[in-house]
Amino acid sequence: MSQQGYVAAPPYSQAQPGMGAYQGGFGSGPTQPLYGHYGGPPQAFSAPPAGMMKSSVAPAASMPLSPGSSQYNPNVQQNGSHPQSYPAPPAVSAPYGQPPHSLYNSMASPGQPPTQQLTNQMSSMNLGSHGKFSMCSFYFLVQGLQSPPPPASSVMPPGLQSPHMSPLMSPPQSPPASMPMASQSMAGTSMAGIGRPFPGPPPPGPGGFQQPGLGSAGQPGYPQQAGQFGGYMAGPQQNMPGAFPGAQSAMAGPQSAMAGPPQKKLDPDSIPSITHVIEDDQVKQGGQVFTTNIRGQVPPLVTTDFTVTDQGKKCISKLFFMLCQRVLNKQCEDTLSSVRELIYLSLFSVQTPLYVVNHGDTGPVRCNRCKAYMCPYMQFIDGGRRYQCGFCNCVNEVPVFYFQHLDHMGRRVDFYERPELSLGSYEFVATLDYCKNNKPPNPPAYIFMIDVSYNNIKSGLVKLICDELKTLLEKLPREEGMETSAIKVGFVTYNKVLHFYNVKSALAQPQMMVVSDTAEMFVPLLDGFLVNYQDSRAVIYNLLDQIPDMFADTAESETVFAPVIQAGVEAFKAAECSGKLFIFQSSMPTAEAPGKLKNRDDKKLVNTDKEKTLFQPQKGVYEQLSKDCVASGCCVDLFLFPSQYTDIATMADVPSHTGGSVYKYSNFQIETDGEHFLRDLRKDVQKSIGFDAIMRVRTSTGFRATDFFGGIYMNNTTDVEMAAVDCDNGVTVEFKHDDTLSEETGALMQCALLYTTIGGQRRLRIHNLSLNCSSQLSELYKSCETDSLINFFAKSAYRAILNQPLKNVREILVNQTAHMLACYRKNCASPSAASQLILPDAMKVFPVYMNSLMKTAPLVGSTELSTDDRAHQRLSVMAMGVEDTQLLLYPRLIPLHNIDVNSEKPATPVRCSEERLTDSGIFLLENGQSMFLWLGQASSPDLIQSLFNLPSLAHLQGHMCALPELDNPLSRKVRSIISGLLEKRSNSMKLQIVRQKDKPEMLFRQFLVEDKGLHGGASYMDFLCYVHREIRQLLT
Amino acid sequence: MTTYQEFIQQNEDRDGVRFSWNLWPSSRLEATRLVVPVSCLFTPLKERPNLPPVQYEPVLCSRANCKAVLNPLCQVDFRAKIWACNFCFQRNPRGPAAPLIFLYVVDTCLEEEDLQALKESLQMSLSLLPPNALVGLITFGRMVQVHELSCEGIAKSYVFRGTKDLTAKQIQEMLGLTKPAVTGQQGRPLAPQDAAATCKFLQPVHRVDMNLTDLLGELQRDPWPVPQGKRPLRSTGVALSVAVGLLEGTFPNTGARVMLFIGGPPTQGPGMVVGDELKTPIRSWHDIQKDNARHLKKATKYYEALANRSATNGHSIDIYACALDQTGLLEMKCLSNLTGGHIVMGDSFNTSLFKQTFQRVFSKDYNGDFRMAFGGVLEVKTSRELKVSGAIGPCVSLNSKSPCVSENELGIGGTSQWKVCGLNPSTTLGIYFEVVNQHNAPVPQGGRGAVQFVTQYQHSNTQRRIRVTTIARNWADAQSQIQHIESSFDQEAAAVLMARLGVFRAESEEGPDVLRWLDRQLIRLCQKFGQFNKDDPTSFRLSESLSLYPQFMFHLRRSPFLQVFNNSPDESSYYRHHFVRQDLTQSLIMIQPILYSYSFHGPPEPVLLDSSSILPDRILLMDTFFQLVIYHGETIAQWRKAGYQEMAEYENFKQLLQAPLDDAQEILQTRFPMPRYIDTEHGGSQARFLLSKVNPSQTHNNLYAWGQETGAPILTDDVSLQVFMDHLKKLAVSSSA
Repeated sequence: MSQQGYVAAPPYSQAQPGMGAYQGGFGSGPTQPLYGHYGGPPQAFSAPPAGMMKSSVAPAASMPLSPGSSQYNPNVQQNGSHPQSYPAPPAVSAPYGQPPHSLYNSMASPGQPPTQQLTNQMSSMNLGSHGKFSMCSFYFLVQGLQSPPPPASSVMPPGLQSPHMSPLMSPPQSPPASMPMASQSMAGTSMAGIGRPFPGPPPPGPGGFQQPGLGSAGQPGYPQQAGQFGGYMAGPQQNMPGAFPGAQSAMAGPQSAMAGPPQKKLDPDSIPSITHVIEDDQVKQGGQVFTTNIRGQVPPLVTTDFTVTDQGKKCISKLFFMLCQRVLNKQCEDTLSSVRELIYLSLFSVQTPLYVVNHGDTGPVRCNRCKAYMCPYMQFIDGGRRYQCGFCNCVNEVPVFYFQHLDHMGRRVDFYERPELSLGSYEFVATLDYCKNNKPPNPPAYIFMIDVSYNNIKSGLVKLICDELKTLLEKLPREEGMETSAIKVGFVTYNKVLHFYNVKSALAQPQMMVVSDTAEMFVPLLDGFLVNYQDSRAVIYNLLDQIPDMFADTAESETVFAPVIQAGVEAFKAAECSGKLFIFQSSMPTAEAPGKLKNRDDKKLVNTDKEKTLFQPQKGVYEQLSKDCVASGCCVDLFLFPSQYTDIATMADVPSHTGGSVYKYSNFQIETDGEHFLRDLRKDVQKSIGFDAIMRVRTSTGFRATDFFGGIYMNNTTDVEMAAVDCDNGVTVEFKHDDTLSEETGALMQCALLYTTIGGQRRLRIHNLSLNCSSQLSELYKSCETDSLINFFAKSAYRAILNQPLKNVREILVNQTAHMLACYRKNCASPSAASQLILPDAMKVFPVYMNSLMKTAPLVGSTELSTDDRAHQRLSVMAMGVEDTQLLLYPRLIPLHNIDVNSEKPATPVRCSEERLTDSGIFLLENGQSMFLWLGQASSPDLIQSLFNLPSLAHLQGHMCALPELDNPLSRKVRSIISGLLEKRSNSMKLQIVRQKDKPEMLFRQFLVEDKGLHGGASYMDFLCYVHREIRQLLT
Repeated sequence: MTTYQEFIQQNEDRDGVRFSWNLWPSSRLEATRLVVPVSCLFTPLKERPNLPPVQYEPVLCSRANCKAVLNPLCQVDFRAKIWACNFCFQRNPRGPAAPLIFLYVVDTCLEEEDLQALKESLQMSLSLLPPNALVGLITFGRMVQVHELSCEGIAKSYVFRGTKDLTAKQIQEMLGLTKPAVTGQQGRPLAPQDAAATCKFLQPVHRVDMNLTDLLGELQRDPWPVPQGKRPLRSTGVALSVAVGLLEGTFPNTGARVMLFIGGPPTQGPGMVVGDELKTPIRSWHDIQKDNARHLKKATKYYEALANRSATNGHSIDIYACALDQTGLLEMKCLSNLTGGHIVMGDSFNTSLFKQTFQRVFSKDYNGDFRMAFGGVLEVKTSRELKVSGAIGPCVSLNSKSPCVSENELGIGGTSQWKVCGLNPSTTLGIYFEVVNQHNAPVPQGGRGAVQFVTQYQHSNTQRRIRVTTIARNWADAQSQIQHIESSFDQEAAAVLMARLGVFRAESEEGPDVLRWLDRQLIRLCQKFGQFNKDDPTSFRLSESLSLYPQFMFHLRRSPFLQVFNNSPDESSYYRHHFVRQDLTQSLIMIQPILYSYSFHGPPEPVLLDSSSILPDRILLMDTFFQLVIYHGETIAQWRKAGYQEMAEYENFKQLLQAPLDDAQEILQTRFPMPRYIDTEHGGSQARFLLSKVNPSQTHNNLYAWGQETGAPILTDDVSLQVFMDHLKKLAVSSSA
């Protein structure tokens, strides 16, 4: 299973015959029809008219025309640029003659769209096909379970995860009737520019470019914000050459092209730049609303701040999200049989609260055959007495309680009142059938397990944790609308033996219970171990005060580990709840107990076929433990404070299978790492989370989910089990074709996530997604989302290194890159000189990411890298979201020396290359994991003075981990940038201040991903040349 | 010349010894013909105010083949507490005074009320302990917790899973008692004071009593939820194993008491007696006879192994079981039986029966010393005509094969030394001898046989002491001096000694077999010593020295020690436990309860234990050792109900009512364990305690035949004493028998 995304594909050696066939078909023939098609109404455009037709009938049918419904009609035409969300204002619902549905109305404020939206978005990209061996992945992320909604203007996680509607967008716009035509003509005009060589004139500012573009669309008076076109234009625009800001792409059609073999002297500015792409997308789509009712749109980049509204209700049979998916095309099949990557990467990002649907004691209405949950894809027939499942086409009886008449359009009359009929994402209340042992779940518990061996005591860590917990526990996440958190807390300390604490509120003093039976761990007490923090606050305070003293004289340096997790599992089992363990471990567990580890860090294995063993966890105890944890809903978060090798590959095995995180603070020192650690701890404790989850992805016929990546555990091939699922974890799902897909109905997916909320309620979260299918390969390339693609590749590669030599994995990555691009070149691009490197527009930065991926520590065979660090990074990426992988693979490098202290605008990042640094500059670099403040040799003393209150750079002491709080604009600005970033990222980052030419600069330099890697790996330019060579080889 | 009665009494007062025969038949053959073996009841620590104690035990050299006694010629290093033997030059640790140890093992699966009462009793007991005694606390329910007592601040305890059988070594490791650095000095065991310093679980009372009082005060009921229809999970087996392991590792061969308080049967782990499903009841005698008690054998074996380990280390185990249902005493009895511990059985910890009894464990003698001793070793030496066959009592064999050990075993035999881990002044062992002198080698006229009892023990003031009791009896030729022998018969002692043999057999055999055996012995005795004409029952006579013996046997047959009907297995075990350790007087009360009558007709008087004694105008006081029953006759009861005692003119009635109460109080105050006190009256449901004990001379079968209105008919099919005697006579005189 694990290698499927990667290794199960035909080996590249076999690709050659395929390529031969490809060659035969190469020429203008196959590409021409694509272009021809392009010139016509794009695939995506087919949807709106249908929707318009339906909806235009709707008002006439059953409802008097009202301001609300008139609003509604244009919305449809506008295809989602109208951000009106599901809850209609009362003015609308009243004329319907139905009592307002309390659920929805409670969400809606009259006359105003709600500030929170259910959002689903996805983008996908799809390349080539070879019949039944198509593979796709989508990336699934449950985010923000119960996290408080950020203010509308705030930027939560940027990009896809901040689905906030800007209030500005709410007034309905009546779109010009000519809109569809406008984009078509735009497409047409841009087509004309094809063939312009790559190194063109530098791109003008995106804004400047766009305006004329719009102008040419024949809407001079069109307001700026409409011009950006929320959803409707988003798809076409991004795919359309004209939409792309770079002049080169405007001229090169839907691709970027690089003329001739790349020259040594090639201007680095001329090769595709991520920072530009991000910036452009931000300018173009930032702050906008992305609606989900149109199949075929490509959402903005993850790095862009925008808002999503779930407008599934607008088109019942048209689906919410689209992306292309090709139907088998004979030609394609022949020519592309060797091209294997058919990838869907999509992202569900959901902002709570979702509407909660309760179908009563019988549980959610589901298809009898495939068990899909009631959703907009269910087609009601027979006067509403039956419905046909959109996934398996089975015709089901409508349960009596669920019966509703259909209107003249065949739509249920209660369509608007039922989120499950009109929205993409919603939640069902799960009945007892969905609960463990048919009993309602108890609220989850958090257990803090503190290693009190010598190292942790000496470093002061134990005291730090205990002090922090006193305040942190006040802020446990709580259910929406609850006064206090329902989460229970428990405390364990341990070294060679475990100490449990009875903190029952009735006690005057906490009681310690020592369990030495580490061979067969058990939990010594139930009542009093897991308590409500509010009730037992006094006893817990007392305990937290005493713990550091109790062990102050300890000489015990040995620890256990597996029994600690086992203890947590047993505790959850005994309390019949799920929950999370926070383990603060100092060292490798060497005490005599199950799961004892020994040093197996052998640098001699690096760059050999056995290197993979360094990443493989030691089997046995931990394998079983993962299983136990998942079965009892026990998520493990590991905070490691090692001073030497700790075999993270093994120690992190359980966390990585239970949806937990691993944090590592090597050589922890309280002065420099304390705050950094506490930030992580706070985020970790407070983040939104659900427990004891099980996920199932159902699809319409023709394709199926085949592989899953993430912090998950799989007992069989279909059920994804997760001890916990939180807002930072993502699951990447790969799909395979097994039959022909229909262009008409598209591809449907339903992801059902059964989980327990932090308040102890069992819920089913349903995400529905429909993708366009297309027989046109070019459609795929247009709608590719590179960020998601690279997420998949990273996970896939990181999984592959468990079983394959690194060298092979790297080769495969390069080959894959070359194949994808070659396929495009062959099938979609206009004919051009073989020496020209032509990149699909949506994928033009793909090589940068790919190159960066190959330079990450896990994939670089270097003895200078710590084995633990490599294993740690490998595991953390496995559960990362798209946004995080994007950032990790292309860090933000922000110049600070020329920052405008008065501007509200965030500073513009520059490309991650040494060339961008200047001796007199100051730069901030961050990748979500690390953060550096780089000070150029010749930085101005003024700047140094303002930032550090020091006369010169030479006075700077090492080990500074935060900027001093100085009262001057620059200091304030820089500190606000830093704190803004720390706030935004899911992990805390330790600020490292490095001076140019100082030794620690090496650490910094490895993040300049466009440069040659410190531990090996090509520069961006070299990689591009190499890939180009490969492509040419493939094409000839 | 004193009578034998006086002689016997003198001997008992002085030596604590009562022999079945005070003249010994001079040959093996003759001895066996006497039916009742030459045997004695020996009370090693019989209280004797004027007994001069040797100030300390003779300290023996530790080399096995030397054993020389510490003497003034030895070199002693006082600082290192070592002395060198001047015979073999072995260096010996100088034995320090070992502290007494009390380890409480407390069940927390109790009702709130019970737990509260128990906690209070335990807290109270701390004030009764000698200040330098070491005390420890283990609590258990679903888990077993060993409480650390030395700590300040947070209360700490070590927890063991209640289902896992651990070896002593594992337990000691988990408790952190085996510090590799400390042990292993040429295998020398830890000196007790070293262990004490390192053992956080056993601390001097004076140091931790505040701490422990608080700890006991905070003790909660077992926090694990008990689902409907289930028993609480009670890990008694593991708790005991931990207690035994803890003491074994820290204070081997030091006097210690493990005091186990239980409110129900062990329901999980090793030693479980019944599952936690309430719908499966705990085993009854019926189940056991049907071989339907699935946990019985395993549990018994488990507890026996623990008891033996404990006995080896000189630690005794008490069981205080208070519950309405059975608690598994049947399986656990060996813990106390083999280690000299107490068993106390009650309905609730919140009763005066438990509270007073528990307090009485810590009673003191006139010297202010506790009436308890530890780690006793009883050695029996005999003159060569005599060998020792065995002992029955709260002891285990030390397997010491000395020349005076007989090959024929009676009770715990095959040894001349027994370990009696817990002793008190009333602890009495039955010791059985065999005359080995051959018939053709007569003992010279006037020859005497001698027996020496050497009892080494740890006195409650922590001294080691030895008490030596030497007795001698004359030999007599059974053929020529049979009358002398007959008159030397101590029928009381003999009855108790035979009863002990019977009970000992009953523990391993079916009830009917034991009864048959007892009957046969009785008949044989009657045939041997009775005077009768063959086949003429009416001519049968027994001499005065044997006259009561058949009556004892009659009551013994009906006693709960041999009859299991109407008793649960736990009750049987409880009764038997006490029977085989009490002194002669108490044992006789147990066999044949005493009945006193109070009436206006005269002063209180003992009356026959017979249904004819139950008269309407009498108040009866019956003492069965385990119960004290005050029974008001029909008329008395009516008067009482009418409230005459409240009236001034009936002051005498008030006094009459009061008299048995006062007498009962006297018994209640001295007896251990405190008897169950029952105040009942004619027709009261509790009157069954009386009715079941009296000789059913009047039953529903013969009531009208007797035609008297006195007495109360007993609804029973049991034979009466009269019928029993008639049968006995018939069988004794029968020539065919």
